[in-house]
Amino acid sequence: MPIEQNADGLKVWQKRNRREQFTHWASWFIGVAVFVVCWQQISESTTWFFVWDAPRIAGDILTRATPPKWEYITQLGEPIWDTLNIATLGTLLALFLAVPTAFLAARNTTPSKTFIRPLALLIIVSTRSINSLIWALLLIAIIGPGVFAGILAIAIRSIGFCAKLLYEAIEEIDHKQVEAITATGASRWQVMAYGIVPQIMPAFAGVAVFRWDINIRESTVLGLVGAGGIGLQLSSSLNVLAWPQVSLILIVILFAVVLSEWVSAKVRGAII
Amino acid sequence: MLSLKSLTKTYRTGDKALVSVDIDIPNGQVVALIGPSGAGKSTLIRCINRLVEPTSGQVLLDDVDVTALSSSGLRRERRRMGMIFQEYALVERLTVMENVLSGRLGYVGFWRSFLRKYPQSDIDEAFRLLDRVGLLAMADKRADELSGGQRQRVGICRALIQNPALLLVDEPTASLDPKTSRQIMRLICELCQERGLAAIINIHDVALAQMFVQRVIGLQSGAIRFDGPPDGLSPDVLTEIYGEEDWQATIRKDEDEDTEAAVA
Amino acid sequence: MTTALNTKIGQPWRKPSFIKRAWLRWALGVSGVLYLIAAISSIEVNWSRVYEGLDRGAAFIMSFTRPDFVSRASDIWDGMLESLIMTVAASVVGILISIPIGLGAARNIAPLPVYLVCRSIVALSRALQEIIVAILLVAIFGFGPLAGFLTLSFATIGFLSKLLAEDIESMDRVQAEAIRATGAGWMQWINYGVQPQVMPRLIGLSMYRVDINFRESAILGLVGAGGIGATLNTAFDRYEFDTAAAILMIIIGIVMMLEYLSGVIRARVQ
Repeated sequence: MPIEQNADGLKVWQKRNRREQFTHWASWFIGVAVFVVCWQQISESTTWFFVWDAPRIAGDILTRATPPKWEYITQLGEPIWDTLNIATLGTLLALFLAVPTAFLAARNTTPSKTFIRPLALLIIVSTRSINSLIWALLLIAIIGPGVFAGILAIAIRSIGFCAKLLYEAIEEIDHKQVEAITATGASRWQVMAYGIVPQIMPAFAGVAVFRWDINIRESTVLGLVGAGGIGLQLSSSLNVLAWPQVSLILIVILFAVVLSEWVSAKVRGAII
Repeated sequence: MLSLKSLTKTYRTGDKALVSVDIDIPNGQVVALIGPSGAGKSTLIRCINRLVEPTSGQVLLDDVDVTALSSSGLRRERRRMGMIFQEYALVERLTVMENVLSGRLGYVGFWRSFLRKYPQSDIDEAFRLLDRVGLLAMADKRADELSGGQRQRVGICRALIQNPALLLVDEPTASLDPKTSRQIMRLICELCQERGLAAIINIHDVALAQMFVQRVIGLQSGAIRFDGPPDGLSPDVLTEIYGEEDWQATIRKDEDEDTEAAVA
Repeated sequence: MTTALNTKIGQPWRKPSFIKRAWLRWALGVSGVLYLIAAISSIEVNWSRVYEGLDRGAAFIMSFTRPDFVSRASDIWDGMLESLIMTVAASVVGILISIPIGLGAARNIAPLPVYLVCRSIVALSRALQEIIVAILLVAIFGFGPLAGFLTLSFATIGFLSKLLAEDIESMDRVQAEAIRATGAGWMQWINYGVQPQVMPRLIGLSMYRVDINFRESAILGLVGAGGIGATLNTAFDRYEFDTAAAILMIIIGIVMMLEYLSGVIRARVQ
């Protein structure tokens, strides 16, 4: 916050001095320019005729999608069960793999900072950078379509997410408790079981439930690429333009998402 | 008998925490370690059970060279050295009983400890100790539900259930009120007497130390400046350890709680 | 005390269970196991297909050692550029819109009707999956990045407004009241009393959202909403694992870069 004297000798207060002011405005200018360029690109690859026609099309879809085809729900039982299984089993599998990864990645528990830690961090960043739909695409190419590919896709995507949150929790533990357990003559594994695990239990439970909630959402759409669950029905209904079925499926998905969020909030409340 | 022979610790930053310290503590003697913050008191205590690796020198506990031990040998020797911490260092999310039993970790295997299947003798001893410190009714409470003084009592039980020959006590009263501080110090010293334990107590409250111990060691910049009975702490000695200050008020034995609180 | 002690000596000790009621503990345990059995037995795994796939899996992993950036270079370049463009544009628009909605969704500064409207926008945006929104928008606006841009902007609003509103609701009241006490107007009050408190976190969250938007932009192409997803899909369909590996490596690289960048920016604003 510089105070400068102007030509008359009066003190002038400004939030920034001239140079800061300049960089400030320059960065705004560059930001706006980048945005304008981006927008032009989008605009160029858009058929504006369709966009101007959009309200009519939207209205058209809406009239065709209402009312939802309620009796179709009888055929959704099994897909919903599959979706639930993909999310739950995927989360369990992910947690099973994420815990060791997190211990290998945390600075204070990793056996080797130069070799194993970077490897664990690589696993974390690469699994969480890639969306579960892409993992599903890949797994379907490898092991064929179905629920199993969906479970693996959800699991792989969740490893990085869970391991990242867990290793951050491990790095934040109170070191004195670990020291106290070490001082009793406990072995490495005992120190882990008594000094570290109790401290990260709340984080672990929170992460597990949080990720399960997200995975319910994600598993509802995995079927779009053929990995099982209610997304399969959505995909086939869209392909034949059966809008009343689409609207029913969307309602079911919305309901599932809201329900899972409610369940995860309840469980988290009970644990923490 | 604990002997420290020219124990030296230099941290990687180049700070000399301990400079060739020699101390002999016979069995059953309770020693207070005083000195200003950063004098190396904590480092000294942690070098004895190698929570901090000493740079050079030896730690001999009944003629076993602790500094030369392999990791499994070190675990066995750590069982003989109970440690009590500043701010208790209990595992907050475990119950009182689990915290006490964790003192037996060096004696039981991993799966027994993991499944909480301790030998009956350990469980009985844990109950006896909890009864001794007056916390029997709290056994199944979680550690974070307890007050400061209660937590430190659990910490004491955890150290004693190791059946140690030596207690390492690091600022046991640092976060307690004056009355609780005295109770805790009295309890530690009584238990040492009952069991014939030697103890090294880090403490910055000089008056409290004088009240309870048989011998005081003054540490300054990692070197011993005073070693003798508590009565030998004259203003001159304290000035040498801590620097210039009016020491009369600190040494007076029956001071009121307010000054003690100010020192704490 | 000694009688209490005598009753305990010689008695076995068990850690008190997390769930106190025994019947509830057993019921939860049994139903959990039953669910797992039912769930696992309902999965149909074609093991011979999986076994055949192992070779392809190995081929895919091996392809990371020799990713092919060249043979589809122009597709990859166009797709990546489109993804980045959608990310930037959608993040800017999304952040700009989510600030007023976030203010409106904070109960401590917004009047009730505004609060309810803003909260329902947030809830709607959070409940609808990106990919589903993209499908609908593609059906309405036609193929192309515009649908992807709108999808990501809409998703950004739900994410950022909710967190911003929560942040505002948990801010320090005293600072805001002090500004109000000076006689400041509503805008001035927001500018001086609220903004300084929530700004660092808003910037951090915005950076995080840019990161998420980029990752999401990679899948929007699967339903025709622009970006690298279409190229990736084609590569998988044709078993061109070398090209797929190249694309995945670029995605991972860009995500790592964005994370690093957001770490630097967050460190600077806090």
